[in-house]
Amino acid sequence: MPRLVFEKTGDSIWISHLDLMRVFQRAFRRAGLLLKHSQGFNPRAIVSIALPLSVGVESSCELLDFELEQPEPVTPERLNAVLPQGIRVLDVLENGRKLKELTHLRARVTLTYDHGVPEHAAECIRTLFRRESLVLEKRSKKGVSQVDILPMIAKLEVLQADDDTIVLDAAVCAQNPSLNPQQLAAAVECYLPELTPDTVTIRREEVLDTEGRIFR
Amino acid sequence: MNEQLRRILPLVQKPARYVGGEYGQVIKKKEDVRLRVAFCFPDTYEIGMSNIGMRILYGIMNEMDGVWCERVFAPWGDMEAQMRQAQLPLYALESQDPIRDFDLVAFTIGYEMSYTNILNMLDLAGIPLYARERSGLHGIVFAGGVCAVNPEPLADFIDFFSIGEGEEMTPEILRLYERAKAEDWTKERFLRAVAQIEGVYVPSLYEHRYGEDGTLAEIIPLDGAPEKVTKRIIKDLDQAYYPAKTMVPSTEIVHDRTNLEVFRGCIRGCRFCQAGFCYRPVRPRNADTLYRQAVEALEYSGNHEINLSSLSTSDYKQLEPLADRLMDYCEANKINLSLPSLRADNFSRELMLKVQRLRKSSLTFAPEAGTQRLRDAINKNVTEEEILTTCANAFSGGWNSVKLYFMLGLPTETDEDVLGIADLVWKIIQTWKECAVNRKRGLSINLATAFFVPKPFTPFQWEAQITPAEYMRRVRLLQGALHSKSVDYRYHGSDLSYLEAVLARGDRRLGDVLAYAVRHGARLDGWDEYFDNDIWMEAFAACGVDPAFYAQRTYQKDEVLPWQTIDVGVRPSFLWRERELAYASQTTPDCRTHCSGCGANQLEGGVICDA
Repeated sequence: MPRLVFEKTGDSIWISHLDLMRVFQRAFRRAGLLLKHSQGFNPRAIVSIALPLSVGVESSCELLDFELEQPEPVTPERLNAVLPQGIRVLDVLENGRKLKELTHLRARVTLTYDHGVPEHAAECIRTLFRRESLVLEKRSKKGVSQVDILPMIAKLEVLQADDDTIVLDAAVCAQNPSLNPQQLAAAVECYLPELTPDTVTIRREEVLDTEGRIFR
Repeated sequence: MNEQLRRILPLVQKPARYVGGEYGQVIKKKEDVRLRVAFCFPDTYEIGMSNIGMRILYGIMNEMDGVWCERVFAPWGDMEAQMRQAQLPLYALESQDPIRDFDLVAFTIGYEMSYTNILNMLDLAGIPLYARERSGLHGIVFAGGVCAVNPEPLADFIDFFSIGEGEEMTPEILRLYERAKAEDWTKERFLRAVAQIEGVYVPSLYEHRYGEDGTLAEIIPLDGAPEKVTKRIIKDLDQAYYPAKTMVPSTEIVHDRTNLEVFRGCIRGCRFCQAGFCYRPVRPRNADTLYRQAVEALEYSGNHEINLSSLSTSDYKQLEPLADRLMDYCEANKINLSLPSLRADNFSRELMLKVQRLRKSSLTFAPEAGTQRLRDAINKNVTEEEILTTCANAFSGGWNSVKLYFMLGLPTETDEDVLGIADLVWKIIQTWKECAVNRKRGLSINLATAFFVPKPFTPFQWEAQITPAEYMRRVRLLQGALHSKSVDYRYHGSDLSYLEAVLARGDRRLGDVLAYAVRHGARLDGWDEYFDNDIWMEAFAACGVDPAFYAQRTYQKDEVLPWQTIDVGVRPSFLWRERELAYASQTTPDCRTHCSGCGANQLEGGVICDA
């Protein structure tokens, strides 16, 4: 199935996953491309976006699978001319790899401190993630459970970017189980409350396979 | 993005509605802009973006050289709380600039219960509520929309109103403002000048004097303001602007589809319906124009649904040929065509089957009253036989759900009329039992009753509304007479409709009540989550205003009505005659059958009413 690689930046980060599917369904029509529709009483254009992104998170590596009624070559330019601000197609692949081979994602979590990064903060955070286990509460439909997030972190670098920001550059599990990069900030807030940042911004940077290669 | 905004967005529901950036929004270079307009819709993004009038005027203003019109909506309660806490003033979506920096602030008002949103939005913007507290040309506030036909409850807050259709009037107003700004006029000079534009009403140029009994004694125009302000209309809709290239929301809105306005006005003359009288005369668009606009709008937006809108779409003369052509296009492109407002009396089986080819829409009737006598009194010219025949057709065609809309508290209504609703529902159930093709799927009847609100410029504008307690008694009477499990009965709240009646027929003395209510937390009154009747009752008490005086009093024939400076084209004598016919339970034929001489064809120096 053909696959788009697109980025979601600026104000478009506030568009929810469901709304984003509608945005693309319309954008394809605007580009004069009729998507294949589901059968049945209420036919729907088939698009599928891998790994739903949380509202408010930026990304430069989103994947959308689609199928056209009449297959024809699609260029990024054709869709970019009709997409809303902040959503930009980077690449179109004729055939994407199987999604189950997508295992990890790289994310950049930026912690901002309005009054400057507290002393030794980077060191404290590094130490925190070197513990034997790091248990956080996870809320799901089934209720609250305790989850150790450390096994789901494949790589983590903590750097102080400037006087006000600390960056967590991480590779985390993307599927079965998955770790929302938001949890990295949550761990800091839970275990090091004195290092609770004023704002947290997250950017999904790349999706990877088990070998750590870029997944497309 | 504004850093303050970025920080609060993660804390609110559906943040996408607060940032703009949609496909089709208009962005202009600030150095090319001489006049900035904040176009405010006093309800949520989801409601406002569904409004075709707003899209029309947004397009028209932005087509003007040097003018940049941006959108503003009422934030939901969670967002408002965050904005107030962060001291983030109300901003326009396109530029995210605070609207207090704009030249003009415009509101479109379609519903009385959004009046508090107007005031709350001004407050959130940091703009003084009362017009008299705002001096100078900067930040003049004006308003239009159907509620502007009785502008008086808002007279204290809005500098001027534009009455009627805004396509031509709005650019005239903006050009005058541009000149005033260039020549550095005072606000007073501008208001006197704008009052000379046909269709513009400047409330501060009219003195309202009250008599000892509390009713209006006299309305005195000042400074050369016209005695009557006549609503503006567009004579030829085929030449009128249609927003084919209009914004496509990135988040779901209420009516998420292309809207094709097939005609303006209504041939029907239902006596309770404000729109039916205020939007006269009937002016259709040609089917060829509509087809072209439909295709253009669908291709531009990528919408997969299109709606033919008007007050009564099945009365559109060229409906069949238009629907046929559109259906072919829609089928080929997998687009859903919906035809709402279909009336029982001319909803043909043929048309129904055509629509069904694409998607089964629901079957909706608004008989409004339960007995023929009362339907005749309100001039809702639909008979029980027509409703049952249409239902029989629909049930045998596979439909199994019906929506029914009625009103309680209509003038002359008795318990027999209320019980007549239950009787009609029972007959529909019997019809279904006889005609249903698949009885296993069951029947679902959604029955809703609204509380009648007398509105200005209708034959019922003089009528008293029944009390909320009496309305609730009738609701329970009806409830007790419904026995089938197939019926889901819902009714409008009594308190809200009571307030709606107060505001609809109100005068200037309600201004302080509105300001009090807003300062004590009233907003989003149209939403159950926020409506708080206690605030309103406290506001009436604090301001010494009796709400019953406006809602539950019969206005006299010779009484000076607060809204009588406005002329919507339909003569008051016509309305009074219609009122008398209502009391005699006599119908008036629709305008296509016979012109009853309402007067609306005299607008704009004479216009063809193509009923």
